[in-house]
Amino acid sequence: MIQQIAFVLTLAAAVFIIARRVGTIRKNIRLGRKPLADDRPQERLKNMTLVAFGQKKMFKRFIPAILHLFIYVGFLVINLEVLEFVIDGLAGTHRIFAPYLGSFYTVLMNIFEFLAVAVLLSCVIFLIRRNVIKVKRFWNYEMTKWPRLDANIILFTEVILMLAILTMNATDQLLQQTNGHYTQTGSLFFSSMLMPLFNGLPENTLIFIERFAWWFHIIGILAFSIYITYSKHLHIFIAFPNTYYAKLEPKGHMNNMPVVTNEVKLMLNLPDANPNPAEAGRFGAKDINDLSQLNLLNAYACTECGRCTSECPASITGKKLSPRKIMMDTRDRMEDVRKRIDKGEEAFADGKTLLNDYITKEEINACTSCNACVEACPVMINPLEIILELRRYVAMEESGAPASWNGMFQNIETSFAPWKFSPADRFNWAQENK
Amino acid sequence: MIAPTLAELTAKGETPEVLFWVGCAGSFDDRYKRVTRAFAKILEAVNVKFAVLGTEETCTGDPARRAGNEFLFQMQAMNNIQVMNAYGVKKIVTACPHCFNTIRNEYRELGGDYEVIHHSVFLQQLINDGRIKMKEGGSYKGKKITYHDSCYLGRANGIYEAPRAVLEALDADLVEMKRCRTTGLCCGAGGAQMFKEPEPGKKDINIERADEALATGATTIAVACPFCMTMLNDGVKNKNKEAEVKVKDLAELIAESQGLVG
Ligand code: SF4
Ligand code: SF4
Repeated sequence: MIQQIAFVLTLAAAVFIIARRVGTIRKNIRLGRKPLADDRPQERLKNMTLVAFGQKKMFKRFIPAILHLFIYVGFLVINLEVLEFVIDGLAGTHRIFAPYLGSFYTVLMNIFEFLAVAVLLSCVIFLIRRNVIKVKRFWNYEMTKWPRLDANIILFTEVILMLAILTMNATDQLLQQTNGHYTQTGSLFFSSMLMPLFNGLPENTLIFIERFAWWFHIIGILAFSIYITYSKHLHIFIAFPNTYYAKLEPKGHMNNMPVVTNEVKLMLNLPDANPNPAEAGRFGAKDINDLSQLNLLNAYACTECGRCTSECPASITGKKLSPRKIMMDTRDRMEDVRKRIDKGEEAFADGKTLLNDYITKEEINACTSCNACVEACPVMINPLEIILELRRYVAMEESGAPASWNGMFQNIETSFAPWKFSPADRFNWAQENK
Repeated sequence: MIAPTLAELTAKGETPEVLFWVGCAGSFDDRYKRVTRAFAKILEAVNVKFAVLGTEETCTGDPARRAGNEFLFQMQAMNNIQVMNAYGVKKIVTACPHCFNTIRNEYRELGGDYEVIHHSVFLQQLINDGRIKMKEGGSYKGKKITYHDSCYLGRANGIYEAPRAVLEALDADLVEMKRCRTTGLCCGAGGAQMFKEPEPGKKDINIERADEALATGATTIAVACPFCMTMLNDGVKNKNKEAEVKVKDLAELIAESQGLVG
């Protein structure tokens, strides 16, 4: 009974904290300007199914894709077992599904154990790749202490959680031999290998270990669920809306600015211009509230894997630009703004902005708009769009583009080409024959 | 060489099959003017009824837009759209992937709805339809050629195979760089980088790409974009390889094989 009450309280606390955090994230995304687009739902559903659910873009790099697939499938399937945990915890039962499923329960448990071992090994290999082999993309300059620690915490926790499941099943099987409360599960392949470790211990100790592992696993999972909402690991949920709402136009398309269209039409005296347009607002983006909600959703979906940065020509050749950092900065800025709002302070009055204080001009000026980052991202994040919005602000609100760009603008204005040639010479190529 | 303007044709009451959008590099850059002429000669030789805008053409606005100046972009775009709509333009071919991308993907929202074809796809169609007849044992037969993907053709618009199909029609030995197609490395010029010095770093992007192209052992680096052409040319020169390795546009290669240019 005490166990049941403790369980209800723990579960309720976890659900409360997660719900509050989800609300915060939603509010943060709504700080963005343009709402999420939901036209062409069939194409969107297809993207979500293939890319998020089907992991399609992960398979450009085979080894991490396979290991990641184990963890992903393990995560989905082992959650079924958590369902049993929750029911047992609430009802005070033990392995409530076992009698109903009979020998199929044994099969299921063996599948879970296989996945638990696969997850465990994958996480260990991932830890080695990060910390021993030091795969380059995990060590770029924006991967400071916290992002590296965050990744390690997640992997380490998963290892411990899987060990807890196996320990629980091992002691449980020993207890099944002596204690009637412990429902027969049939032989479980992987955990039975651990049984010799616990064999011969007094029954009380075994019960303690089994209960401890049970509690450790369920509390671990709940704590983990809370933790990921603060970490880069949020991609396990946000990848789904992120791929659903991702842009459907060809990657080369840059979003139009209708306010500018109207002004240009007015200047050219076109009949369909609106003579009394609404207040234009800021051109381009200086801070997160100038970005689109999709840009902000992207920032929460980013798992800091660095596939984008490892393909970025600017980053490859040693420039300061890293598309991953663009996403991390955007997310950090959202979190910082939210902290101010929560303290009752004015959200954007801290004298800082996304541009300059988080992302510098040197970074955005290095981008070749090559779309390598967009192509590389396994969850369809678009760092380029943020870069281009920041450039719009610099060029139009500050006239602060690099001097040679301003020169290029002038050439286009005066001679209708980015170089200084006479427009009258434009057709000379047909006469020459060099 | 015949390069009729749309104004001339319209005055005669004729309509061309397609408008050849030359672009600023194709009009003013000495190296790329050769590509423009090569492509025009191909069109002429295979009797495609085409026209150019001549001095009525202006910058699409792409570099201004990528550098953040949306006003300037839209001014350019609106002017070009007004000109083309007045002539009733329906179909456009261009050798510049940036012009291609802008007119194809970005003019529609501003009132310019055209069928836009990149010259790599156009050439492939001409070959497939038998309008360009490839000769047996051309001068590129068995020669090593590597193709550099332009970002604005490849990732931006999903065109990876047409340029390769054109090269294969030359009977050449097509070798790929390590980073190609969806993972092709940029030449370093896109996003208006063409018009400024690179930001501080360890290496220039075009040198990195030229290194990779030279590593294939190809004697010809095929490109399909005026900016890639400039960047890779500079990269090859930087490595003192310009005598052995040539950077050429697809249109030049086809024109050569047809004996249209020397
Ligand atoms: S689009 Fe810009 S940020 Fe993205 S990979 Fe290319 S250069 Fe890097
Ligand atoms: S933007 Fe995408 S590719 Fe880049 S680090 Fe984030 S999740 Fe990885």
